[in-house]
Amino acid sequence: MYAYVLRRLLATIPVMAVVAVFVFLLLHLAPGDPAAIIAGDYAQPADIARIRTELGLDQPIYVQFWRWLWSLLHGDLGVSIFSGLPVTRLIAQRLQPTLAIASGTIVMAVMIAVPLGVIAAWKAGSWIDRLIMVFAVLGFSIPVFVIGYIFIYAFAIALPLFPVEGYAPIERGIGPFLHTIFLPCFVLAILYAALLARITRASMLEILTEDYIRTAHAKGLSSRTVLVTHALRNAAVPIATVIGIGVALLLGGVVVTESVFNIPGLGRLTVDAILHRDYPVIQGLILVFSLIYVVVNLLIDLSYAVFDPRIRY
Amino acid sequence: MATTATGIEAAARRRPARFAEFARRNPTMLAGLVIIAAMAAVAIASPLIAPHPLAINPIDRLKPPSAAHPFGTDMLGRDIFARTVHGGRISLLVGFSVAALTTVFGTAIGLVAGYLRRLDAFVMRVMDGLMAVPGILLAIAFMAIASASVMNVVVAIAIAEVPRMVRLVRSVVLTIREQPYIEAAVSIGTRTPKLILRHILPNTIAPMTVQATYVCASAMITEAILSFLGAGTPPEIPSWGNIMAEGREFFELTPWIILFPGLFLAATVLAVNLVGDGLRDTLDPRIARRM
Repeated sequence: MYAYVLRRLLATIPVMAVVAVFVFLLLHLAPGDPAAIIAGDYAQPADIARIRTELGLDQPIYVQFWRWLWSLLHGDLGVSIFSGLPVTRLIAQRLQPTLAIASGTIVMAVMIAVPLGVIAAWKAGSWIDRLIMVFAVLGFSIPVFVIGYIFIYAFAIALPLFPVEGYAPIERGIGPFLHTIFLPCFVLAILYAALLARITRASMLEILTEDYIRTAHAKGLSSRTVLVTHALRNAAVPIATVIGIGVALLLGGVVVTESVFNIPGLGRLTVDAILHRDYPVIQGLILVFSLIYVVVNLLIDLSYAVFDPRIRY
Repeated sequence: MATTATGIEAAARRRPARFAEFARRNPTMLAGLVIIAAMAAVAIASPLIAPHPLAINPIDRLKPPSAAHPFGTDMLGRDIFARTVHGGRISLLVGFSVAALTTVFGTAIGLVAGYLRRLDAFVMRVMDGLMAVPGILLAIAFMAIASASVMNVVVAIAIAEVPRMVRLVRSVVLTIREQPYIEAAVSIGTRTPKLILRHILPNTIAPMTVQATYVCASAMITEAILSFLGAGTPPEIPSWGNIMAEGREFFELTPWIILFPGLFLAATVLAVNLVGDGLRDTLDPRIARRM
């Protein structure tokens, strides 16, 4: 077990190393002088020269990389060009809403998608199966921000149940907090649930043809018991795997949703950073988002043993 | 000669029957193809249908849908119908270009990684790293350093989509390379390039085509998202994402600015996804069971 955890932890190092190299090269692959890009469109030559020496951009590229990596490993992501604040502080300030929406979405999506996928597989070929699959394709085909605006119109303007925009931090009480994140989570959960419902249905369909399912039915167990304890439990590993892979999609969706609902999270920070061409912030954000993806997938890999006792590390 | 002529006639007679069979088996795929064809026709004919997507008319600002402006107008009095009709050009262009670019590069890298074991570990670690970055962020990052242009949008989205295509093609290659006929080809001295192109590549075409349609669908959504966030197609080009981005400010008053292009985009993406599902079920029943 410990050996497996250690091996799995070590396997994340090359992934994050690739991300780090990519993020570093991002600025250097850009056509033109990085110092001029950072200085902006209206900079004087003197400003550009000052930025070049300040950021060490006049050094050879491998020296720059080592310096950058060294400070990265010490938790230093540099300083925002636009606000002058440390990137780590900017990210820490904005982390809560993003994590709240992402985890809320996963919970909501699983609650929607797993029952739908199970029912679709159980009633495969029926109209209810078709209906659920139509939902799954639709959820995948409508851009998240279009769903977002339709829901704002329906549930915040026409029927004022939820706020149109904004975020109440959890420190202000759990009630207002849930009230503000419900709609953004629900919007994102539709996209995520579409993905999960498809995979749940597919895994269940495969498992429902197994001999032990027939045996369970033959023993006279109720359909419910067969579906939930015999079939779903075995479908849990592929479903969990797709939850992990879907985190990349989810984090992209969070960026968009925060922007629609005007929530001050990492997504808003990303959009603001693009508008100001604030490269250190963009670099830091990509690293943080990738780290979230890698950590979630690590946890999911380790969770397989919980779902399936046959798996031993 | 006579036999060929009758052969052609027979084929011509069979064709409607085959079409009816296809329509019966894949009604959703047919619906998808019809929608894509209609969208493509509208996009190509857009200069004739609505010649002035950029015409500014300040008197008619933010007007609701009417006979003169079926989809209403935006804050500059531009006709949303004309803009939406033109917007299809960008979405289809981006969708199909990204699919083509991803297929070419994804397949090339996947074939090499799958067949040449020495490169495999390195290439796949790079792909794993790229896949750890959410696709939209990867595209955003690229757009942040590149100038806003449709071509850069295509490249940015393709970079994010290539790793998945590489994985898919590589996984096919890994199973094919163990087949006895590959061993036979190697033993009679077939050179590696020919072996890859003649004996391995054709096996990847079915799953690759299915994946390419999904890439096309997701690229159209990503283009809209990038433009919506202000990191995509240059704002002066009326792409669906740009039209919707301009409608954000007045959404509570004028929801049609977002709604109509949104509907067109959703319908097009849905159509491509339906074709993808249809292709998957037809080309490879084994994937159909897995998905």
